[in-house]
Amino acid sequence: MCFQCGTCTAGCPSGRRTSYRVRKLMRLAQLGQKDEIVNSEELWECSTCYTCVERCPRAVPIVDVIVALRNIAVSEGHIYDNHKKTAQNLYRIGHTVPVKSDITELRKSLGLPDNPPTVLSNKKALEEVDIILKAAGFDKIVG
Amino acid sequence: MAKYAFFLGCIAPLRYPGVEKSTRVVCEKLGIELVDLVDASCCPAPGVIKSFSKDSWLAAAARNLSLAEEQGLPIVTICNGCYGSLFEAAHELNHHPEILAKANEYLAKIGRKYNGTTKVYHFAEVLFREIGVDKIKEKVVKPLDYGVATFYGCHFLKPSEIKELDDPENPHLLDDLVEATGAKSLPRKQKTLCCGSGGGLKAAFPNVAKEFTKTNLENIKESGAQFIIDVCPFCHLQFDTVQGDLGYNIPVLHLCQLYGIAFGMDEKELGLSAHVIPVVL
Repeated sequence: MCFQCGTCTAGCPSGRRTSYRVRKLMRLAQLGQKDEIVNSEELWECSTCYTCVERCPRAVPIVDVIVALRNIAVSEGHIYDNHKKTAQNLYRIGHTVPVKSDITELRKSLGLPDNPPTVLSNKKALEEVDIILKAAGFDKIVG
Repeated sequence: MAKYAFFLGCIAPLRYPGVEKSTRVVCEKLGIELVDLVDASCCPAPGVIKSFSKDSWLAAAARNLSLAEEQGLPIVTICNGCYGSLFEAAHELNHHPEILAKANEYLAKIGRKYNGTTKVYHFAEVLFREIGVDKIKEKVVKPLDYGVATFYGCHFLKPSEIKELDDPENPHLLDDLVEATGAKSLPRKQKTLCCGSGGGLKAAFPNVAKEFTKTNLENIKESGAQFIIDVCPFCHLQFDTVQGDLGYNIPVLHLCQLYGIAFGMDEKELGLSAHVIPVVL
């Protein structure tokens, strides 16, 4: 369990550049301060670089905790527009970035198929992804 | 002969296809057989999709892992994000029957099942551990004399407790791989500092992400490096696309493109026209 030593915050590259403090977030979580956490910008300022996890003397799975807290925040409707766009891309085309025509041309010139042999090349495979994402409740996030 | 299911991900095939092409050519030259993981989707991206819904992330990752299992092949990825996502999903699914059972409830809806047997590897790991630096040196037809900055990214080596590839604070694996071409990996400050784009940071707060990249660029510039050599198309994208705004001009190559050059690939096959920062070899 976290004993608030602050090793995480000391090595956090985001904390060096923003008001995000890993130690504070872990303490808020311990105290059950859900509303303060889900409404905070800081919850989304972690780049999941794992520096804190590597250095934590108590082996707290900090990134896993942050992911769990973000899941709670998103389930209560706290999601940034750009994050929603990424989620919509996955839901619609099975990839997180859309196809670009100039890249398709470059693929051709390299002797690669126009589309990679992924869900982009098989509607049935894309339907599979849609079905399991929907079953897991992803459609509610995409909105 | 080494044989792997090739997991493409999103950024390599859809933004830097030269990375995909170089990987195919380099693997063929090294005797690694790549079988396309046909019908795969996004891994899905760990920093964003897993942050939104762990269940959705795990369900889609389990589907990708099941596709490789059907082929009886381990997965190889060329991206730290895909590697981090699929490795961690496999780690959870392959070791925890209750998590596997839950994922299989989702997969049952599309008539699939995952038995928890797929192993996931990073391209650089396969090169270092399975092929080895000595064999790579034998394939070099154009020894390189560049001074370069190696960029490991975060999800290649960390969390090290489960990845067990190298010292996450003072790694050497990528430096050894780069130097097999004759290039020199130049020392610099804060070598393992995140590029800034992970965890959804780039999408939510691009200016904060850019501050990470800026510090990296300052240190890389100070080292005198002519190229940045990465093992992740997402780090690659970040370095390539934000440098202009920050006043830097250091070309970025994925390890497979560097190997492509050293192994004698035609420059046209490297897909360098997709790069924002011009790559002059």
